[in-house]
Amino acid sequence: MKILKNLLKSPFFVIGMGLFLITILVAVFSPIFYNIDIHTRVGAAYTNPGGKFILGTDHMGIDMFSLLLKGLQSSLYVGFMAGIIATVLGTFLGVYAGFKGGWIDDVITMVTNLFIVIPQFVILVLVSSSMKEGRSLSLIALLIGLTGWTWSARAVRAQAASLKSRDHISLAKVNGVGTIGIVMLHILPYLMSYVCMVFIMQTASGILSEAAISMIGLGPFDTVSLGTILNQAMRSEALTDGAWWAFMPAMILVTVISFALYMINTSMEGVFNPRLRK
Amino acid sequence: MLKRYPTLYYISSRAVWYFITFLAAVTINFMLPRLGPANPVDIIMARTAGGLDTKAAMEKEESYLKGFGLVELNKDGSIVRDASNKPVQSPLIKQFFNYVKMCLKGDLGTSFLNYPKKVTEIIAGAIPWTLALQIPTIIIGWIIGNILGALAAYKRGVYDGVIFPAALLANAVPFFAFGMLLVYVFALQFNLFPAIGGYAQDLMPSMSWEFISSAAYYYVLPFFSIFLILAGGQAIGMRSMCIYELGTDYIKYAKWLGMKEHKIVFYMFRNAMLPQLTGLALSIGIMVGGALITEMIFSYPGLGMSMLTAIQGNDYPLIQGITLLVTLSVLIANFSVDILIGFLDPRVKAGIGGK
Repeated sequence: MKILKNLLKSPFFVIGMGLFLITILVAVFSPIFYNIDIHTRVGAAYTNPGGKFILGTDHMGIDMFSLLLKGLQSSLYVGFMAGIIATVLGTFLGVYAGFKGGWIDDVITMVTNLFIVIPQFVILVLVSSSMKEGRSLSLIALLIGLTGWTWSARAVRAQAASLKSRDHISLAKVNGVGTIGIVMLHILPYLMSYVCMVFIMQTASGILSEAAISMIGLGPFDTVSLGTILNQAMRSEALTDGAWWAFMPAMILVTVISFALYMINTSMEGVFNPRLRK
Repeated sequence: MLKRYPTLYYISSRAVWYFITFLAAVTINFMLPRLGPANPVDIIMARTAGGLDTKAAMEKEESYLKGFGLVELNKDGSIVRDASNKPVQSPLIKQFFNYVKMCLKGDLGTSFLNYPKKVTEIIAGAIPWTLALQIPTIIIGWIIGNILGALAAYKRGVYDGVIFPAALLANAVPFFAFGMLLVYVFALQFNLFPAIGGYAQDLMPSMSWEFISSAAYYYVLPFFSIFLILAGGQAIGMRSMCIYELGTDYIKYAKWLGMKEHKIVFYMFRNAMLPQLTGLALSIGIMVGGALITEMIFSYPGLGMSMLTAIQGNDYPLIQGITLLVTLSVLIANFSVDILIGFLDPRVKAGIGGK
């Protein structure tokens, strides 16, 4: 509670959280109020915004605002899925390596460093370009999660290793608490704030990675995402046609979501690390 | 024996580590396209068996199978086929060693789209553009970002109030979005800069003044679209680093001694810079990924663009070649930063490890 109070004092947190909650609310509730099918053509190609369609139509004559809402839902879904997978995997491996030490630590650290150096983008391109038909939104989320955990593992490991030599851990050991018990009861609670921050950053990077990979034409086949909207706009020359509504809203939306998440993260850093406060 | 020269020991141990990473990258590059039910290798295998393709397509696919050592060959160099005319696939481990041998020889196969052009030829044409765009951008972005971050941390007040949120915003903008925005505003609306390409269409790449000035003109927008995002990210990191340094005892002591301000800033900068350098080594991979997408947006004639055409045309050998080369360049960049750290970090010289 006290933490929340401190967080609410930070303008970054209020703005970031506000923006993020608004996008979630829009994604969840807007289909009730605004519902135009995204599989049927409702007007001419690139109809100007205003009038019947809030954001005009795309190159196929499909309502842009509906596409955008669908894309927003997909992107948030990918972000959360990838964020959860990467955070759980990264936290588990990081805590385990940091607490255990020894050769297990060496192996996990080596694998982590290896996948930090090999660009995630390259791996995503390789896998998704060789999976033509089976590329679904969930699969892409899974891929991003499975390739993005390295950062969190590295960061969490450092934190866990610094906790290892604290007195209360030694006391728990002396009292015969097992590794899992110590990790769950005496290490994870101390890392919770940290894990929250990791989750927020992983969600942001999940949304950005999906958008990037869809943007270059390796996106999901089964649905619309903010990235695929941008990809369609690029391919059908929306830029040169001056049809700004075909790409600008999707672009702004991706930026707003990631900006909001970055702001939340920064404000949390400020609260948990008082030195950064003014 | 090497222990007596800590810097040398450090560098050589890093070199060994990067070599292992490279081998892992080659393995990943080999294995990943084979995952999944409809992977390219299986598709091509099935196609050469069916005889449905045109002769030209057959020729390409057979040369792919042979070139990558995927199938068993007869003595005369033709592909061994089973009863249903399907090529006989070599065991996976043999395929793998064929692939490693190829990579070490510097052969990355033949492109499908530009058959019979070699993948290495295409890459060799694209890589100077990518290097010319990315190396200066990353270095300048890193330097400017660090200076701005240090400024925000030291001066606080208005500086921090402006630089920090601006850096946060710049860092949050996705590479592709920023690129598109710049193209739309500066190239299409105001016609200030060209929208796509690396040089004027009517010129041939040469060392003439005309060509270089044209290339410089086309350089501006892609440069800024990568630079601003990078500088933003670095400024954020440097700001928290410097705030941390400013709270340490040695800075307080220096202040009490009445040391001149620029000296204190120098010490703060020097100490905050090392972790930033390590951070650079770790984030080069992400930067390069983003910069490749920027190249695609601007149709810049570098590796990013080749990758996009390869993806759109299902040119698997080219995709695989480019991903391997991108990984290799990232490893080399990382290694260079590590060497730099080896010379700058006093802990390395003292032989107690830099990281």
